[in-house]
Amino acid sequence: MRRIENLACGIAMALLLLAPMYVGPYNLSLLGRFLAMGILAMGIALVWGNAGILPLGHGLFFGLGAYALAMHLKLAALGPGELPDFMQWNGLDTLPYLWVPFKSSAVSLIAAAIIPTAFAAALAWLLFHRRVGGVYFAIITQALALAATTFIISQQPYTGGFNGLTDFGNAFGFTLADQQTQTDLYFVTVVVLAIAFLVTRWLLETQFGKLLRAIRDGENRVRFLGYDPAPYKVVAFAFSSLLAAIAGVLFTLNIGVISPAMIGVVPSIEMVIWVAVGGRESLVGAILGTLLVNFAKDKVSSAFPQLWLYMMGALFVLVVTVLPDGLGGLLRFFVREPRGEARPTVITRVLVPINDEELPAKPEKSPLESNG
Amino acid sequence: MAEPLLEVENITVSFEGFKALDGVNLKVFPTSVEVVIGSNGAGKSTLMDAVIGRVHPVAGSVRFKGDEITKLPEFEIVRRGICRKFQTPGILPTLTVEENVIVAAKRSRGWLSGLRRAISRAEAARVSEILELIALSEKRRMVAAHLAHGAKQWLEIGMVVASDADLLLLDEPAAGMTYQERAKTADLIKALAQRHAFVVIDHDMDFVEQLNAPVTVLHQGRLLRQGTIEEVRNDPQVQAVYLGRAEEDNVAHA
Repeated sequence: MRRIENLACGIAMALLLLAPMYVGPYNLSLLGRFLAMGILAMGIALVWGNAGILPLGHGLFFGLGAYALAMHLKLAALGPGELPDFMQWNGLDTLPYLWVPFKSSAVSLIAAAIIPTAFAAALAWLLFHRRVGGVYFAIITQALALAATTFIISQQPYTGGFNGLTDFGNAFGFTLADQQTQTDLYFVTVVVLAIAFLVTRWLLETQFGKLLRAIRDGENRVRFLGYDPAPYKVVAFAFSSLLAAIAGVLFTLNIGVISPAMIGVVPSIEMVIWVAVGGRESLVGAILGTLLVNFAKDKVSSAFPQLWLYMMGALFVLVVTVLPDGLGGLLRFFVREPRGEARPTVITRVLVPINDEELPAKPEKSPLESNG
Repeated sequence: MAEPLLEVENITVSFEGFKALDGVNLKVFPTSVEVVIGSNGAGKSTLMDAVIGRVHPVAGSVRFKGDEITKLPEFEIVRRGICRKFQTPGILPTLTVEENVIVAAKRSRGWLSGLRRAISRAEAARVSEILELIALSEKRRMVAAHLAHGAKQWLEIGMVVASDADLLLLDEPAAGMTYQERAKTADLIKALAQRHAFVVIDHDMDFVEQLNAPVTVLHQGRLLRQGTIEEVRNDPQVQAVYLGRAEEDNVAHA
């Protein structure tokens, strides 16, 4: 099984690296973007499929990474003493303090990784230590994604508002509009995706990964074996947010724009759907789901713009009812694990992650009943 | 007599005014078995909840190895050496049988030390030993959800034992088992009692008799009687509130 998987991954990697030779520039740029999103999707597969934490606001961490880089690109395009266009329109005459550090490309890249990860870790720590989990956690992350977009839109002079940040010109000394830069960016994306895949797969194969699945299966059982589940969940969530932030950086470089519409509630939910389609336990499934749904979206919405939302809804319903473990689950159904034991499908609770069955403690029965 | 391992003193647990436990005492000595019986609502499971820190008593204290543990969070209490098997089998269904035991047998509970693939040789040996003990060696690669009910119960007992706790709390370990399985379970507990102390909750008098251990009878949150199985059986009060009713139940179920 492992050997087949490695072989398949190697072939996929070769196909991706050779893609510029047989894929046209338009589709290559789409592929680059979607592969960047695949990094984020693996993070969702990690926390949702393996740790049982449903994240409905990953657009936020994606967006923090994307904006940290976009701020730098915006500044890098300016001549000395100039201000970004939207600041001038909004009557600012000096660069806001928040923006100053982003003049440095190194600071921006570090900030793009550290700010979302640290924020995710702090949020997860606060919530998981108070044993806020399941649906409540999902709703809180979604509310934060909503709050972030509302905040960005409302602070137009400092954030570019609804239009977001665009017109970058060049990045790290390369002109973004060049075809060669675009191809190089594609290669960078593929390589980062491969590294992210190997690290995440390793993480899932460690004892840490086993404990995440154990917590998903029975958080109470694990707690009553002497584990504190909170740090495990915090680390998993923070790591997943780091992957989202890296995806945000690569996505922004590939597409040349970032705006609140790309990081809000709806994109956050779409991200979960990609992973549901691909199979939430499987990293490969998450990447495949992302590619499949996004290419379908591109093709369908260019042919029938009004139809896509219905199709995505239908797809989601189909996956939830017929294929709870997505394409990955379908694959596993045909390719049996060695030793004759297929893993059972995880119980279908797509929107309610598997949770404590036994809390809260209640009296066994009322005293009146026990007399009868 | 040796120092008690566990000392429950006068604890009262109250759920919105309803006293699930009312001034209960219990002492458990190292490498011994203590059985707790009582009808539904007697407070047996609540007693375990209070020991393991799942509920916090409003009065009284729980001491373990001489230390006060009444207010500690559950995982702290567990790390001091108490482990519990729940009433409904609390196994990890999508993990394999072996993985279930590994999770319990791992010595380090921190996430950072978990960032490696293999477990130590000593831990692996312990896992094999436990799998032998619960007769699941041959099914070690099976997904736990596929086990029969009795085997699930054994797996969870195995996990609790693998934790190497000094005190093991078993909440109805033989529930849903066949007569033969129950007899095996009783033998297993008696064998393990050379290394661990046990508190066992059960309804089934045959099973309790096979354990041949001191019995504490709870009734409506209060301690009704403590003594040997014979003494408890012959106590008219116990007969009135518990045994008589249990026999009626048996008749009704038959």
